[in-house]
Amino acid sequence: MLIFLSRRLVSSVIALVGVVVVVFFLGRLTGSPAHLYLPQGASQEMADNFNRTHGFNDPLWQQFIRFVGDVAHLDFGTSIWQQRPALTAVTSVFPQTLLLAVVAMTLSIAVAAVLGCLAAARRFGPVDKLITFGSLACASIPDFWFALVGVLFLAVHLGVVPTSGQSDLSSWILPVATLMLAPVGVLTQVVRGAMIEALGSGYVQSARARGLAHRRLVYRHALRNAALPIISVAGDRAAGLVNGAVIVGTVFAWPGIGTVMVDAVLNRDFAVIQAGVFVIGLGIVLLNVLVDLTYAVADPRVRVS
Amino acid sequence: MNMAQELVAGATTAPPVDPGRRGSGRRRRTRLLLRSPLPLTAAIVLVAIMLVSLIAPAFIADAAQRQDLTQRLSPPFQLSDGFAFVLGGDTLGRPMLLQLVVATKTSLLIAALSVGLSALVGSAIGLISGYTGGWVDALIMRLSDIIHTLPSLLLALVILYVLSPSITNLIVVLALTRLPIYMRVARAQALEIRERVFVEASKALGSRPWRIMLRDIRPMVAPTVLTVAMLEVANVILQAAGLSFLGVGLQRPDVDLGIMVASGREYLSEAWFVTFFPGLLVVVIALAANILSNWLRAVDDPGQSALFVSRKSLRDEEVSR
Repeated sequence: MLIFLSRRLVSSVIALVGVVVVVFFLGRLTGSPAHLYLPQGASQEMADNFNRTHGFNDPLWQQFIRFVGDVAHLDFGTSIWQQRPALTAVTSVFPQTLLLAVVAMTLSIAVAAVLGCLAAARRFGPVDKLITFGSLACASIPDFWFALVGVLFLAVHLGVVPTSGQSDLSSWILPVATLMLAPVGVLTQVVRGAMIEALGSGYVQSARARGLAHRRLVYRHALRNAALPIISVAGDRAAGLVNGAVIVGTVFAWPGIGTVMVDAVLNRDFAVIQAGVFVIGLGIVLLNVLVDLTYAVADPRVRVS
Repeated sequence: MNMAQELVAGATTAPPVDPGRRGSGRRRRTRLLLRSPLPLTAAIVLVAIMLVSLIAPAFIADAAQRQDLTQRLSPPFQLSDGFAFVLGGDTLGRPMLLQLVVATKTSLLIAALSVGLSALVGSAIGLISGYTGGWVDALIMRLSDIIHTLPSLLLALVILYVLSPSITNLIVVLALTRLPIYMRVARAQALEIRERVFVEASKALGSRPWRIMLRDIRPMVAPTVLTVAMLEVANVILQAAGLSFLGVGLQRPDVDLGIMVASGREYLSEAWFVTFFPGLLVVVIALAANILSNWLRAVDDPGQSALFVSRKSLRDEEVSR
């Protein structure tokens, strides 16, 4: 188990290092990054000055070593727009996004588990067909449009939720629903597939032969064994939640990494983009480790091997 | 020698199903499609949308861009202003209906080109990676991990920030973010196929690696990649619309469905239809594509999808067993 975990950790760290390298070279893709860091309309003089003070005239490898050194000190430069360290600008809002993502993912898994079990229990029946169609529909709705239509109905027409911002509990409804859209669609299908397999397997059949109640059979025996693929896909989907967070940030003016990243793009604040990509990459790597650990908890065989 | 090589190559380029059944498989699919109402509807809707959006813009492109401020945000479902305004007027008084047609064409083109590009490049890289193995494989797979680690929207956002947004860059970025999927699929297949006897035979006959990859392995990987690409169309349409919505995708005066949704945002309470219709069109296109690709998979593997298997046919199958 430890060997497995450490191997996964090593490959994750390699991916993270790769992300840092990619970010560095992306910034230099179009020559000097001065025009990326400086506000639009900056004069040539300013650019030259900037290049000199930040050493962008040095050979690329020297710049790269310096960049790696800075990153090792968690120094991503200063946000031009917010006038504070870029990393602080990102980490100060990251918990907000994390909270939203955890709430959305937990609810998604719960909803998908119920729907998937219902569909699998009456396989190919009308309920199954309805749920499968619904999950396909969920995966076909653009989240930004869903968010806007939600605002139109719930906020503008019914007035039960605020149009934007973070206030009481009702302000969470639309952002969470928007984030849940894609994961619910995918996870329901995964749960259904895993449950059909589990329900058809020997131990469930023998439990049924022993006369166990159907409900107990489905939820205690089959669902537990169907948990692994569900966890794995849920972990994979979690990276996609950042996509949703960007949309939620722009549509609902929801404080979080999404708003910061989009603002950074609109205000040409490259330092914040760098820091943001690093923090999100780190978050996803940590999440993958967490998923592996959950695997071990859910499946004793992983723990032994 | 050369003839023998041709013989071996000819025998081995056959897909998993032998060539004789390939045509009948297509015919079987067509027959099945005509009998299943939901996928048939999806196919008809998709083909209709494609035909209209490919042909019509040639005639209405000018009319779609014409601004008539008296029609600004004019409400839908009124024929008094002519059929072009049946879905209302947009924020600058352009006819929504015609704008939608033009925007659909752009959205479909972007999706088709980027799916094609990533399928082609991704499967080529995956094939080379899987067949060659060794450090090339390890390096390529790490690269795929890196692309996979970053959320696709974020990656696209950053790249489009560095390169300026344009339709070409948008297509390339969309293709890049979806590369790992094809790389993995093609690699997994190539890993398995290269151990088969006919590859051995081809090698023994003196085929060079590129020939084995191109003539022996590629035809066997192609169907799987095609299935994945079908599945990806809907995803890419959604993603492209999302980028345009955020303002980093397509730029005016070009227009796609994502830009149209975004343009109505400020007017949500006065003119819901400016936002509603383009998004609805995205849903219709994506849902039809999803249903079709789901059905295509179900045809090959009937255990997969609930939508296209009736309980009765399942019972028949069990009885006949």
